[in-house]
Amino acid sequence: MRITTLLASAAIALGLVTAAVAEDTTKVGFVYVGPVGDGGWTFTHDQARQAVEAEFGDAVETVFVESVAEGPDAERVLTQMALDGADLIFTTSFGYMDATNNVAAKFPDVKFEHATGYKRLHPNVSTYSARFYEGRAVQGHIAGNMTESNIIGYIASYPIPEVIRGINSAYLHASKVNPDVEFKIIWVYTWFDPAKEADAAKTLIDQGADVILQHTDSTAPHAAAQEAGNVVTFGQASDMSAYAPFPRVSAILDEWGDYYIARTRAVMDGTWESVDTWHGIGDGMVGIGEITDAVPANVAEEAMAMKAALADGSYHAFTGPINKQDGSAWLAEGEVADDGTLAGMNFYVEGITGEIPQ
Amino acid sequence: MIRLEKRPQPSTVFAYATPVLAVLATFFFGGVLFALLGKDPVQSIVTIFWEPLFGEFAFFYRPQLLVKGAPLVLIAIGLSLGFKAGIWNIGAEGQYIMGALFGAGVGLAFYPAESALIFPAMILAGAFGGWVWAIIPALLKVRFGTNEILVSLMLVYVAEQFLASMSLGLLKNPEGFGFPGSRNLQQYASAHNAEIFAGSGMHWGVVAAMIAVIFAYVLLARHKLGFAIRVTGEAPRAARFSGVNPSRLILFCLGMSGLLAGLAGLFEVSGPAGQVSIDFNVGYGFTAIIVAFLGRLHPIGIVLAGLLMALTYIGGDIAQSQLGLPAAAIQVFQGMLLFFLLALDLLTNYRLRFGQAEVA
Repeated sequence: MRITTLLASAAIALGLVTAAVAEDTTKVGFVYVGPVGDGGWTFTHDQARQAVEAEFGDAVETVFVESVAEGPDAERVLTQMALDGADLIFTTSFGYMDATNNVAAKFPDVKFEHATGYKRLHPNVSTYSARFYEGRAVQGHIAGNMTESNIIGYIASYPIPEVIRGINSAYLHASKVNPDVEFKIIWVYTWFDPAKEADAAKTLIDQGADVILQHTDSTAPHAAAQEAGNVVTFGQASDMSAYAPFPRVSAILDEWGDYYIARTRAVMDGTWESVDTWHGIGDGMVGIGEITDAVPANVAEEAMAMKAALADGSYHAFTGPINKQDGSAWLAEGEVADDGTLAGMNFYVEGITGEIPQ
Repeated sequence: MIRLEKRPQPSTVFAYATPVLAVLATFFFGGVLFALLGKDPVQSIVTIFWEPLFGEFAFFYRPQLLVKGAPLVLIAIGLSLGFKAGIWNIGAEGQYIMGALFGAGVGLAFYPAESALIFPAMILAGAFGGWVWAIIPALLKVRFGTNEILVSLMLVYVAEQFLASMSLGLLKNPEGFGFPGSRNLQQYASAHNAEIFAGSGMHWGVVAAMIAVIFAYVLLARHKLGFAIRVTGEAPRAARFSGVNPSRLILFCLGMSGLLAGLAGLFEVSGPAGQVSIDFNVGYGFTAIIVAFLGRLHPIGIVLAGLLMALTYIGGDIAQSQLGLPAAAIQVFQGMLLFFLLALDLLTNYRLRFGQAEVA
């Protein structure tokens, strides 16, 4: 009898303590599709997680699970985080979309933030993404100037709007400064596979490319370019500065930190609402990595000017006249693309050869 | 000096003791690994093995064991039949994909019609898809003597290309804003492999796995075909003298393992996963090879091994989030389990002798 009472009061005391702790700290969970050491996509999300920790100190506890497969595994990990008392969960891959919404339905008090998706079926789900195509415009400008063979290789991951948008933006700005430029595109069907990426880079170099752009996350293409010699590369997602000043001459940076801090603060203040965020250079979600001395000074200056114009909104990366690949008109002179078309982009612009795989 | 000496008879004691010893050795060396990473080893192992079964949220994790374990067991049962007879199907991952594609394809073809016949049709299509993908290496082996290990493995990559093509083309969700991936079958009642009792984790794939286990047990223990499988694996020459037709055995073993892998894919795509997407396959077909061997190619052993692997996956994810263990450490831990099992297996057939070798 006494033991039961003792245990019961201990349990209550423990419960109170746990509740008190839970009151004080905000728990933020992160679900990653790759390893935190991928040096690209997941790495930048994890950097942002650390920025959240640095910003709030003991007021926030962060947890993460890496290399979570899309589908039932993601759903299980999300549920587990919610059960463990997370207040806010960032799900950082497109393929987590249905899992995020399914779990959000079961935990209405937990806030969910899904990267790159479009489904917000519940009031506790937000989506966010970055306008990487703005970075691609700057990259295309540098690439068009740097190529001597006029062949630019492009390592593409999956034929989804995000990637197609990047190819179009880079091509438009490369061909603007160099009308003879030709894009050779290899689809590798992976976001992160150093071996496949290296093979793709070597193939492109063999086909005469002297600039390699990548929409995959490893540094393998940089290593391949370094080995080949005279080939230019760009960092993807993270700076990849280990390969600077050459072959890596600049980079597109994913900067999630400010957004994660703002959303965490909103949960702490009780002001969190479901939103759809699509930020670019201007809001600091997309950055341009340092342009090295390997790039001529005037080109670097033009690139920085373009970055500034994209940031203050005076220039849009998709400004007409632009035709589609089949020659039909898309944007008239001076017209800019609307977000709806950009979000679902499934066509090449005029001048790109080859077909989008189906 | 330690020597190995072959036992005249394989030791029955060690045949049963090695899995237990392997698990204990994994606990020990895994604990050392976790300690080196600066984590409390006891707490880490408790989190991985205890938390999902008896922890605070066991009500959620126990059903997940079935969700994670069912495809592993279903595939491993099929593989074990061939492995027993020395027929090596390494391409279950591809058969799993093709089963899912055929099954989901049939379901999506009927969208949005509702009928009780759709799901059974999908099951048949899924089984057929997996069977076809496995019968290719079987026919090539029977007809031209090709190596089924290579052919079945290479067909995995072909299947992955099909999967990507289907996700981006034919089966793409027309309402998906151009993003890859099919409609979600969880939102299509007639095609949804729903839980039989809500919250139990019991979907039709779990039922199929149970039936497959019983079927395999009876086949191996009681049926003439089971005898043919066993004798072919243990003594191929004797098998031929006793009238076993090797070609038919190859066609049966590969076909059956493909069929079961295809079913696993169908039940996964129509249930827990819900949709055809480029990254639909997560390695069940390869992990099932480990499960088959961990379970000593015995139906009951495979059930236990499948649940144990599922446990390490689920517990591993919990340990990542609660203790900050890196995913790679969990994978090493899983690898240790197989390593120690195979290493200690030696003791079934050999014994250790200490001291000098006697001069003959």
